[in-house]
Amino acid sequence: MDLALTENQQMLKTAARDFIEKEYPWQKVRDIQESETGFSQETWRQVTKLGWPGLPFPEAYGGTAGDLLDAAVLLEEIGRGLLPSPFTSTVILCGLPILEFGTAEQRDDFLPPIASGQRVMAFALTEADPRYEASSVTLEARRDGDAYVLNGRKLFVRDANIADHLLVVARTGDGGAPEGGITLFLVDATTPGIETALLKSAAMDRQCDVTFADVRVPASRVLGKEGEGWPIVEWVLQRGVLAECAELVGVMQKVLETSVEYAKNRVQFGRPIGSFQAIQFKVADMATDVDGARFITYHAIWRLTEGQPAGDDIARAKIWVSDASRRVVREGHQIHGGIGFIKEHFLYLYFRRAKTGELMFGTADAHRRTLAASLLD
Amino acid sequence: MDFQLPDNVEEFRSEIKEFIDAEWPESLRNKSQTEISYEEERTFCKKLAKKGWLVMSLPEEYGGKRRSILEQYIFQETMAYYGAPYGTTATTIVAPTLMRYGTDEQKSTFIPRIAAGEIDFALGYSEPNAGTDLASLQLRAELDGDEYVLNGTKMFTSLAHKADYCWLAARTDTDAPKHKGISLFIVDMKAPGITTRPLWTMGGGRTNQTFWDNVRVPVSQRIGEENQGWYYVATALDFERIGVFPVSRVRRQFDRLVEYVRTADFGGYRPAQDPDVRRRIADLSTDLEVAQMLSYRAAWMVSQGQVPNYEAAMVKIFGTELQQRLTHTATQVLELYGQLLEGSPHAPANGYFEQAYEAAVMPTFGAGSNEILRQIIAARGMGLPRG
Ligand SMILES: Cc1cc2nc3c(=O)[nH]c(=O)nc-3n(C[C@H](O)[C@H](O)[C@H](O)COP(=O)(O)OP(=O)(O)OC[C@H]3O[C@@H](n4cnc5c(N)ncnc54)[C@H](O)[C@@H]3O)c2cc1C
Repeated sequence: MDLALTENQQMLKTAARDFIEKEYPWQKVRDIQESETGFSQETWRQVTKLGWPGLPFPEAYGGTAGDLLDAAVLLEEIGRGLLPSPFTSTVILCGLPILEFGTAEQRDDFLPPIASGQRVMAFALTEADPRYEASSVTLEARRDGDAYVLNGRKLFVRDANIADHLLVVARTGDGGAPEGGITLFLVDATTPGIETALLKSAAMDRQCDVTFADVRVPASRVLGKEGEGWPIVEWVLQRGVLAECAELVGVMQKVLETSVEYAKNRVQFGRPIGSFQAIQFKVADMATDVDGARFITYHAIWRLTEGQPAGDDIARAKIWVSDASRRVVREGHQIHGGIGFIKEHFLYLYFRRAKTGELMFGTADAHRRTLAASLLD
Repeated sequence: MDFQLPDNVEEFRSEIKEFIDAEWPESLRNKSQTEISYEEERTFCKKLAKKGWLVMSLPEEYGGKRRSILEQYIFQETMAYYGAPYGTTATTIVAPTLMRYGTDEQKSTFIPRIAAGEIDFALGYSEPNAGTDLASLQLRAELDGDEYVLNGTKMFTSLAHKADYCWLAARTDTDAPKHKGISLFIVDMKAPGITTRPLWTMGGGRTNQTFWDNVRVPVSQRIGEENQGWYYVATALDFERIGVFPVSRVRRQFDRLVEYVRTADFGGYRPAQDPDVRRRIADLSTDLEVAQMLSYRAAWMVSQGQVPNYEAAMVKIFGTELQQRLTHTATQVLELYGQLLEGSPHAPANGYFEQAYEAAVMPTFGAGSNEILRQIIAARGMGLPRG
């Protein structure tokens, strides 16, 4: 057993933290969030220079052959600084499944530009029924010669407005059970018939409403086999859940650190408020929530990377992190009092990031159902 | 025991409801805080004034109606339910305090205009370093002839950018113990030397930081005796006991949630059919009833001439924390739609629930922080030794 970060991971963490703290004070983050695209090309260029997009890919594709744990270390720092970036969308939700399930040609096509930061991607799964279930997928893909024609609508698609390509989950047939008949497509985002509109989400994280009207996709762009896409979606979702959890651990960490600092310095009744037991209890609960969140997340990731059954652990991670992140932000606000209620305070951004994270990749209740089914059925 | 409100109170409730239907219609009720203008509120308050409801507890010569405690209670609950403006700093703090401690001139100058809804007050208590520990406030008032000169900074001076006057607490004695060097003033907001900086808040509201630079206020606008201000501030808070936290404000949010969920259909997913959603709605409904009972109990005690000092604390703590639970549950049962902000395509009820979730952050530390109120329940209520 060794619960410490490796030397490389520690270096990665320190470098990421230093970079984000120096270059991205929260006011700058907010300005990027509020800009038209919610994204900064310059930021993406900088993180590319640091080698982030190539992190989990083999060297043959221009990567540095890291794993999901390394990515989690990075994501924690991204969450801690709320750095706006399509890292999860591009690398975790699209790049990794291409590496795992793509043909040699698809890998050669996609992975080098992803690893070098040239290509941004978005994963288009959720629809009007926003739950992460096979039965929610209705976007239709009809075979037409050597292409497919896509019609339908995706909602809450992060980064679709800045993506060069989309990984789209569609229904190619009625496969009996909802899990049957699902197929994934690598779609050029500039294909005629795709319309993208930005939603205003709490996290200001570029979630989009994407409509597909007779969008033609060559048959060579099917990822995996026609009709057998749902297991790939589940594979992606497992990693998506964990990436979200890792970011939220960073969010919680920042709220904890700053609340402790504030409790030390804010004086009422002639003493720092941190000397009152009521505030000490809060800080203790917050710290426990954060540490619990971190280790339950890293444990699930570790099991996944070790090839052990990890489904239950992933569900537990999201259940805990969804609820704990909300608790930590609430107590952080309570400790800060009025000043934290002002929009011009960094806590506001963390509050909203946590709300989105609580719901993204399945609510705590959705994961409770999964876990209970696994334990009981 | 009898949980039924007296007939006259029920009749009054119907009368209020009719008035609201006419003057604060559905279109205004469902507006968010960002959408309701100050002018709309003022206009409405003038209509309340015509009914004699703006300062209903006062004697009739001052525009009041001498309404009973339960009538006042039901008024607040009904108004709060429909999101209609009712209690302002002017009506809940200034008028009752002036009634007790004001000079005849102060009473006749201010109370009739307050009762008529003609003038409005900002509340100048909090400062950058004086929040929960209000008595440590430092804004200085120094006597110079027949005027005081004010210098300092106030924080969270809501309405300072709109109000005609400020009800201000300032330090008149720097040597005395902190509770014994504070005085209260009415300051004309048009007086030279006041600068206002907006602070935009979560949930879509606005408050201000205000800077006071050699602002002059006549001695005649000091309330009561010099250095007795803390005592007046504390008694003013007593007037608020039945209105600490209107439970109906949460009931309104609950009802809107139920109404929304009942018919919500997200691409074939009907949250109303979801057992987890159903359980959560049932729990909230139960919590809400507990809040209602705690609130009735406090109001009933006041109506019996008793002082509910820890019972009122329970209403505030339970109600404000329930509001946080309810609004986060609301955003949660709406799945990803729950995180869409006002103005976003696809936002349920135009982001009402998300905005309510933001706004619910403040009441747990504002108007008597829940930490302090818990100490009150434990010490005053349960007789534990003070820490
Ligand atoms: C939107 C808004 C509008 C407002 N409007 C007005 C207004 O119009 N006029 C006005 O005067 N004020 C106004 N306020 C100020 C409000 O009354 C204060 O926010 C409140 O008194 C809390 O003070 P604080 O924010 O300085 O928090 P602090 O007093 O710094 O408290 C921070 C935390 O420490 C805790 N704490 C403090 N002391 C103790 C203790 N002894 N034991 C345990 N815990 C403790 C508190 O409970 C809280 O959790 C407004 C505030 C807001 C946010």
